[in-house]
Amino acid sequence: MLHVELVLQGLINGSMYAVVAVGLTMIYGLLRILHVAHAGLFTLGAYITVLVANATGSLPLGIALAMIAVGLGGMLIYRLLYEPLLDRPPYVALIASIGLFICMEESYRIIFGPYGSSFDAMRLTQRLTIGPIGLAAADAAMLVGAIVLLTGLGLIMKRTRFGVAWRATVTDPAMARSFGIDTIRVRYVNFFIASVFAAAAGSLVAVLNNLVEPTMGSVPSYKSLAIIVLGGLGQVGGTLAAALLLGVIEAYGTIYAGAWLDRDAIAFIFLIAVLMVRPQGLFAKS
Amino acid sequence: MIGAYEITLVAVVSINLMLALGLNLITGFCGQVSLGHAAFFGTGAYAAALVAASGMPLVAVIAFAGLMASLIGLLVGFTSLRVREDFLAITTMGVGFVFVGFVRKQGWLGAEMGLTDIPDHGLGDLGFIGLCVLLVIAMAALTAHIKNSWLGFGFAAVAEDEATAKTLGIDAARYKLVAFVIGTFLAGVAGAVYAYFTRFIIPGAFGFTISISILSMVIVGGVGSIWGVVVASIVLTLLPEFSRVINDYKLLLYGGLIVLTMRFAPEGLAGLARRWRTRRKPAGEP
Repeated sequence: MLHVELVLQGLINGSMYAVVAVGLTMIYGLLRILHVAHAGLFTLGAYITVLVANATGSLPLGIALAMIAVGLGGMLIYRLLYEPLLDRPPYVALIASIGLFICMEESYRIIFGPYGSSFDAMRLTQRLTIGPIGLAAADAAMLVGAIVLLTGLGLIMKRTRFGVAWRATVTDPAMARSFGIDTIRVRYVNFFIASVFAAAAGSLVAVLNNLVEPTMGSVPSYKSLAIIVLGGLGQVGGTLAAALLLGVIEAYGTIYAGAWLDRDAIAFIFLIAVLMVRPQGLFAKS
Repeated sequence: MIGAYEITLVAVVSINLMLALGLNLITGFCGQVSLGHAAFFGTGAYAAALVAASGMPLVAVIAFAGLMASLIGLLVGFTSLRVREDFLAITTMGVGFVFVGFVRKQGWLGAEMGLTDIPDHGLGDLGFIGLCVLLVIAMAALTAHIKNSWLGFGFAAVAEDEATAKTLGIDAARYKLVAFVIGTFLAGVAGAVYAYFTRFIIPGAFGFTISISILSMVIVGGVGSIWGVVVASIVLTLLPEFSRVINDYKLLLYGGLIVLTMRFAPEGLAGLARRWRTRRKPAGEP
């Protein structure tokens, strides 16, 4: 029974990582930017959800507003920070992004206070039992939410004109442009979608923990960098697999390796090991 | 009259200067971006705390701390032979997280509670300040000497264009390892000074924010410029001390400066000064 619980807990955490990391890998695939500040948008999404839900009493409205506002915020970050840095070495954007992320965390602490906020009324507190497995409704919401979001993304990528344009631009930007694809617009839409996902993940975590804190983005931020590297940068499928795998490994790691290593270090042990053996990533093709 | 407060200021400024000078050698001279400098600082501090308790003399403790840090530095340096630029940045960041995650769980290193009862340095307050200043001057002189030696030219070649450097017969791998060994030795020495200064150390003191604070000093000063890094380290360390308001928002300041420097003046103070000088002296004039 322990194993079922551990795997399940791992999948719940892993699905949160997946929703955050998939946006990062899209941005990396398109522009080769390691967008650490993505997790700052994740925190912003969580705050907007809680504040709007408390003000209006409607959780769905909070989530929707958070997704739209954060999506626009992501586009703004691209325009103001990354676009001017595109022709500089890639670590410049990475360091700028870390600086921005620290600024965002500190701003949340100053604006919303250091102790975090909660929903006025606890949401989704029922317990579900499916066969022998007991599961909090919020955990189930996390899993279902992640599946819906990622399926939606898959459909966008496969079926829509944006999806085709995105894949074309990633494969060969010059060729895509000569076929009349507006590659600049692809970048903006890319940042919008990725940031919407970050906001959605933030909302789901806010519901899951009934708590949003200024520093809630720290763990996903650096860990999702590890995930996208493990997944073979820019590979959406590999990223999802790596996220779920890491969630499960961490769940086991806290039980079996917790005595000599802390949970957050596990992801980086894997990151370093994989980079040394296969610098192109665990699930990368060539 | 020198009081306890002034002694603290001199010690803290000196420690940050040693860290920044070491990182400047790795990231500035040799172009290897490291986001895990605090791990070497911590290695030095823990090594010093462990051997100082056994009654080893001060100079030997400091040298031992430096050697232990540069041993770890050599290991981490090997990763720079495998991955580059933004990947090296996240690998070294991972090393930082693994270091803290490892130390946190080690009973013999005091785990979360850290190590206490580090013996007195026995130099008296003025003697200790003298030691700090002496070490900083020695390190500044050493890095200045390296910069103008063949070793420094090799570093510069590797930083500028590794592929071309290799074509010219420069053993890039060896230069990178040497940069890591020297730079992390300086960090280890800074760790020993820190251990003697505070006389108790906890894992939290060597986290990611410390790595980023040091990096912000190097970046704001101008990567590779010794005087720029010295000025930036002193100003950024002292600024929070002069005003309570700035101290509360210290991380916001550091993060903001990183973003602004990367975005508008990637060469930092040194670059701005150079630009100002060339503008005053129009082209054509000797």
